[in-house]
Amino acid sequence: MSPAILKLIAQRLALGILLLLAVSVLIFVGTELLPGDVAQAILGQTATPEALANLRAELGLNDPAYLRYFDWLGGVLTGDLGTALSNGQNISEALGKRLSNTLFLAMWAAIISVPLAILLGLVAVQHRNGFIDKLISATTLTSISLPEFFIGYLLVYFIAVELQWVPSVSTVYDGMGFADRMSAIALPCATLTLVVLAHMMRMTRAAILNVMQSAYIETAELKGLSPFRIILRHAFPNAIAPIVNVVMLNLAFLVVGVVVVEVIFVYPGMGQYLVDHVSKRDIPVVQACGMIFAAVYISLNIVADIVAIIANPRLRHPK
Amino acid sequence: MSDELKYLSDRVARGLMDRRAFMGRAAALGAGATLAGSMLSSAAFAAGPQKGGILKAGMVGGESTNSLDPATFASQVPFAFGRSWGDTLVETSPTGGVVNRLAEEVSATADARVWTFKIRSGVTFHNGKTLTAADVVATLQRHSGEETKSGALGIMRGIETISQDGNNVVVALKNPNADLPYLMADYHLIIQPNGGMDAPDAGIGTGPYKVVVNEPGVRYVGERFADYWDAPNRGHADQIEIIVINDATARTAALQGGQVHMINRVEPKIVDLVKRVPGVTIQNVGGRGHYVFIMHCNTAPFDNNDLRLSLKYAMDREQMVDKILRGYGSIGNDMPINAAYPLFDEGIEQRAYDPDKAKFHFKKSGHDGPVLLRTSDVAFPGAVDASQLYQESCQKAGITLEIKREPGDGYWSEVWNKQPFCTSYWGGRPTQDQMYSTAYLSSADWNDTRFFDERFDKLLLEARAELDLAKRKELYSAMGTIVRDEGGLITPMFNDFIDAVSDKVAGYAVDPGAELMNGYALTKAWMA
Repeated sequence: MSPAILKLIAQRLALGILLLLAVSVLIFVGTELLPGDVAQAILGQTATPEALANLRAELGLNDPAYLRYFDWLGGVLTGDLGTALSNGQNISEALGKRLSNTLFLAMWAAIISVPLAILLGLVAVQHRNGFIDKLISATTLTSISLPEFFIGYLLVYFIAVELQWVPSVSTVYDGMGFADRMSAIALPCATLTLVVLAHMMRMTRAAILNVMQSAYIETAELKGLSPFRIILRHAFPNAIAPIVNVVMLNLAFLVVGVVVVEVIFVYPGMGQYLVDHVSKRDIPVVQACGMIFAAVYISLNIVADIVAIIANPRLRHPK
Repeated sequence: MSDELKYLSDRVARGLMDRRAFMGRAAALGAGATLAGSMLSSAAFAAGPQKGGILKAGMVGGESTNSLDPATFASQVPFAFGRSWGDTLVETSPTGGVVNRLAEEVSATADARVWTFKIRSGVTFHNGKTLTAADVVATLQRHSGEETKSGALGIMRGIETISQDGNNVVVALKNPNADLPYLMADYHLIIQPNGGMDAPDAGIGTGPYKVVVNEPGVRYVGERFADYWDAPNRGHADQIEIIVINDATARTAALQGGQVHMINRVEPKIVDLVKRVPGVTIQNVGGRGHYVFIMHCNTAPFDNNDLRLSLKYAMDREQMVDKILRGYGSIGNDMPINAAYPLFDEGIEQRAYDPDKAKFHFKKSGHDGPVLLRTSDVAFPGAVDASQLYQESCQKAGITLEIKREPGDGYWSEVWNKQPFCTSYWGGRPTQDQMYSTAYLSSADWNDTRFFDERFDKLLLEARAELDLAKRKELYSAMGTIVRDEGGLITPMFNDFIDAVSDKVAGYAVDPGAELMNGYALTKAWMA
């Protein structure tokens, strides 16, 4: 790897960290702006004024906002995410469980959807404007056009309630066998696949078709190579940058954007965890979740950038 | 026993309990043999509780922010799980009485000021420690101390001293209160070893199930506690599980798919659909919870009683019960009390929709222009729809109601108890005294109608000390009438608790105290 690329990667990483810091300030300000008060949110409608005052004092909510922010930042830099205001749980511990659940689901959804999308894209290019192309596009576009909760409910109704093949509730927990775990995540995984498939597949198709107009593809054709080989060996590598970009965007979505799917299938992931804590104004947890989401998003984008640069000799050797 | 049966049959006659539920209760009371000729005998009850199996509930009302510290309980899941791992001194029975639990005997001085609870012997905590009166004293102190953030603080405030006397716990009150045992049945007051002072959220109690899994907002598992003191009556399943399913559709699907055996909060609009599902029974019971429209009696324009009356007359209660609750509830009478409370006076005249009277009082109030109502669907399910229906019925009386939809997030801290006219709900309390002292006494913590009335306050204190039930009923009747005619409360409806239960479950008997058999379904019911 050339020093130019290493420098570039270092630059991107530094920028990413700066961005994360900016995000942490934004999240903190955002939670401060939310109406309502942590103590009231935690104790609920039936809290007495004394109880509220006691809780506020206990949580250190009477300190000024900037002090609380720096307190928190200091903790994070030393690897301590703190404890949740609402129930005193250790955030790293609780979050770790939720994060690994989210990643587990995202991973399986990605393992199924990414190769499937790219394969479908390649097949669609090969049969461009033919029946198969139209069928693939129509199906995937239909599934992306339906809201994910609707797809989820359809799957629950037909597969979990009518056929009873897999459970409708995807609660996963420690000590669950692998087979049980897979059957539990079958439906959310299928829903997510249907949601992200079209975007990646259409992008693959468009990017490759774009490359297919080039002169060197014509040369390959004239050499007598088989159409699928042309697509796979000659067109695909040159179309990889935009495809990777879209794949990364969708991977990020699989991690950070699945609250609705989590709610429908009762999947104990990060989304629901975040929403619960936002409604309780539990700032340390919201901060921690926000940072993780931002980190996932930023790092996947950095990866996409770097892959695009490595795949493109013109970007690799800037003048 | 016969009194309880009589009470139950009375409730059936008044339509507060359906026949099925009545027979269940009657059989549970041991009346099955004597009444066998006149009622179907329930096979499940005849066989008695079956031990074994895993009983699962799918419930709304759990967040990842929940804790096992009983002082923090505020939603349904921690409440129901608390019932499984802990016990209180006393409980309310489905018929509205008080049942001794960890207290073996409850007695009071003649003036109902000093109460003595004799603590049951031979009860052990999950950690092997034996229950003592000191644990009880510590628990009560933890919930009433200066430093506490307990949800039970409001009801503990009337206590002057809590002391131990050998095996007894003596509670001395500042003022006499004949209802004290009801207060001790509060779900926050789970007795913990050393009162939970050392580890409030350890989940160690004396209940039928030991806490095995505590994943807030996801799932709770309890395992039967071998040394449970009341084993013949509670803790039939080997294991219980609560899965938090906040989405209504997912909850119903989980019940249909057989992943859970019971669910809470079936939405009224889908009850009829759920009824058609094979193997599932709807269990509904009229409770003390009510949906309300509240006006601040001290804020213009609501400081004028004629305006308040006009808004009360402009409410079409039948329509609300019909459209918003789909019939799963009963109409309210502008007071927080209904027939589910002990000592309720049926004789108070029911207020009906009367556009003419509404028009008359509105004119008399001298108010001109629209009235602003704030609402949000978090106030109660269907609150926005209810507000729109109300807008129409107001329109017919010539009153222009302006509706402002508020964000659900922050509604309880920014709108409720702050804005002069909004929608809200109350979960109800076990006794009239508690309901009135919580929200209608001048000095109440949550006087959300800003109702300050000396006569009312005086009656409340008088009733609290009155041990003659007939006299107390009269006093409560007078108080109810004052709130109804002068208060800031519009109560269009009392909602039913609607659960759905699988046929695999036996021993299910509704309890007006709360949903899922007042939270005891997992411990009192069993797998058939």
